Amino acid sequence: MKHTISVLVENHAGVLARVAGLFARRGFNIDSLAVGVTDDVNVSRITIVADGSDYTLEQIEKQLNKLIDVIKVKTLAPENMVSRELILIKVSCTAKQRSEIISICDLAHGKISDISANSITIEISDSAQNLNNFEELLRPYGIKEIVRTGTIAIQKGEQAVSVRN
Amino acid sequence: MERMTVAKAMTKCLEAEGIKDIFGYPGAAICPFYDELYKSDINHILVRHEVNGGHAASGYARVTGKPAVCVATSGPGALNLITAIATAYMDSVPMVIITGQVNSDQIGRDVFQEADITGSAEPFVKHSYLLKRPEDTAEVFKRAFYIAGTGRRGPVLIDVPCDIQKAEIDFEYPETVDIRSYRPSSKGNGYQIKRAVTAMMNAEKPLIIAGGGLFTGNGAELMRTLAEKLDIPVISTLMGLGAMPTDSPLYYGMLGMHGCVSAKCAVNNCDTLILLGARLSDRTSAPIARKENLTVVHIDIDPAEIGKTVETSVPIVGDISVVLGQLLEQVETIESEKLPHHDAWKKQLDESRYDAPIKPVEKGFVNPKWFIRELNKYLPTRSIVVADVGENQFWTASNIELKNGRLLTSGGMGTMGYSLPAAMGAKQAEPNAEVIAVCGDGSFQMEMPELATCVQHNIAVKVIVMRNKYLGMVREYQTNHYGNRLYAVSLDGSPSYTKIADAYGIENMLVDSEESAIEGIKRLTASDKPFLLEVAVPELLETIL
Repeated sequence: MKHTISVLVENHAGVLARVAGLFARRGFNIDSLAVGVTDDVNVSRITIVADGSDYTLEQIEKQLNKLIDVIKVKTLAPENMVSRELILIKVSCTAKQRSEIISICDLAHGKISDISANSITIEISDSAQNLNNFEELLRPYGIKEIVRTGTIAIQKGEQAVSVRN
Repeated sequence: MERMTVAKAMTKCLEAEGIKDIFGYPGAAICPFYDELYKSDINHILVRHEVNGGHAASGYARVTGKPAVCVATSGPGALNLITAIATAYMDSVPMVIITGQVNSDQIGRDVFQEADITGSAEPFVKHSYLLKRPEDTAEVFKRAFYIAGTGRRGPVLIDVPCDIQKAEIDFEYPETVDIRSYRPSSKGNGYQIKRAVTAMMNAEKPLIIAGGGLFTGNGAELMRTLAEKLDIPVISTLMGLGAMPTDSPLYYGMLGMHGCVSAKCAVNNCDTLILLGARLSDRTSAPIARKENLTVVHIDIDPAEIGKTVETSVPIVGDISVVLGQLLEQVETIESEKLPHHDAWKKQLDESRYDAPIKPVEKGFVNPKWFIRELNKYLPTRSIVVADVGENQFWTASNIELKNGRLLTSGGMGTMGYSLPAAMGAKQAEPNAEVIAVCGDGSFQMEMPELATCVQHNIAVKVIVMRNKYLGMVREYQTNHYGNRLYAVSLDGSPSYTKIADAYGIENMLVDSEESAIEGIKRLTASDKPFLLEVAVPELLETIL
């Protein structure tokens, strides 16, 4: 089962290594990982999508909490979060195919970020599942390159995962 | 505020933390600090290998209950400490480790004696710091001692580049410390405390498993009171040995792969288990994990241990002495005639007590079980015995009598060569206690150089070498599981250990009969200097005698 975990950490050198090391040595599987600053310059957020049973998730949470630099750990409920990844996808594209690809792109609320004689680069931010579907739609044209970020996620409604609460 | 170098500030930090002795090994990258140690009142003990400095600090910390300090230089010096750090981490021993590092502008360039020690030690430390800003010195040291000595205890590493040690700062040691991401809970949840008391009161066959946390958390006495009040039998893990006096009628021995029959019987037949500061490794949890319809009350300071190996019915996270205090407070409110008595349960367990007779051994040898039992007769009650790793460890653990004394051993990591350096640390921490290292000839050859440290610093540790010319536990494993194809387990070529002791100027004796063994034990316990006893043990004995 996939779990999306939002981790607030002290913004120190080496914190990411500690978190990644913990996952590696305890045999927890990371599907994706994204790191960024928060509204507090001293705090970073690591969003981890991990695969494992409920037992594994409980251990992940507890072991993360033992790291001194970890301030808060919160597993987000799938039905109660908005999750996004950003994808940049470069597809082979002749002049003839352009309008076809652009309409697919519009359908998926994507944006054309670059265009050349024989290629087109599209950027979309969406849930991982929708991005996978979009990728399949473009595959017949010939995918040259895909660049994807890890998942970031936020709770729905007014609740927040923050150092202030 | 006082202007001084970081190196001097480091000694001031240690003094502020009440550190009197440190164990270490110098080198170029830590020299600024050593130059300040030279001027300070802190007593430095020069070990003969960095790993032993780590083990010595571990023995010291386990006796005092407070973080102890070891120090090494950059690169190989720091790397040599890793086994000791991991050993301390596995057994939750509070330690602060100081390492020198190459100059900060050289880090990452593969310069002479450079190693990424914070990176290499990361899996084995509770936390670590690379001190990059001189002005952080006081805060880093304050935090390191606080983290090491609170919550689930553990080693904390501080890596200090050589140029940072020489930098000047305005120094003042902070009085308080607050780390927003580290606030270990001390009190147990009130609701769970009530549930725990109910579970213990309703149990027909309750059983306490006493773990090492009772020593680190100072809860042994309270556990005894609780067990006696509620008439609950107690067994122990290897790390918890001695938390219940071994001669108590409520005590039914040690659990584990090499544990005793009555402890196994207790686990197999109990209906309610109370785990006190025991994490239950794979060596102890197997018979418990198999049980059905078992109520488990698990009390531990580390929430991650609860539910890790055994399903828990009543989880309590907190400081063991505080939680036991809370439990006792609840128990006090119960009228005395309503307190349970478990006579039938105890009778069942008493019937399972089994002490195999001591087998005679051939002439020229001593039975180690007999030997440890004989040693018991001469040890003062507050003695500290440090068992090494291997057959000697369980010959000792299974037969040593502990009333108010301690048994120290490397339980989690099983690190050979632990006993002599850890005993040195223990003796340094408690000079009036009788401190005895029991090791095999395999482990002794890993720690032998520390005899010099004992002589140089007048540390009157007594060493008992159970010499059987084999790596006995591996030999036994090969016998039982690999068709008796004994390979790479013979210690042929080993020296005479009494001659080794002679070479160091250490009093010694070789014993190879019961008569000589008794004389040896008498001489060993009577001496106020380091002493080595070489005990001739038959070559092919089992771990469980």
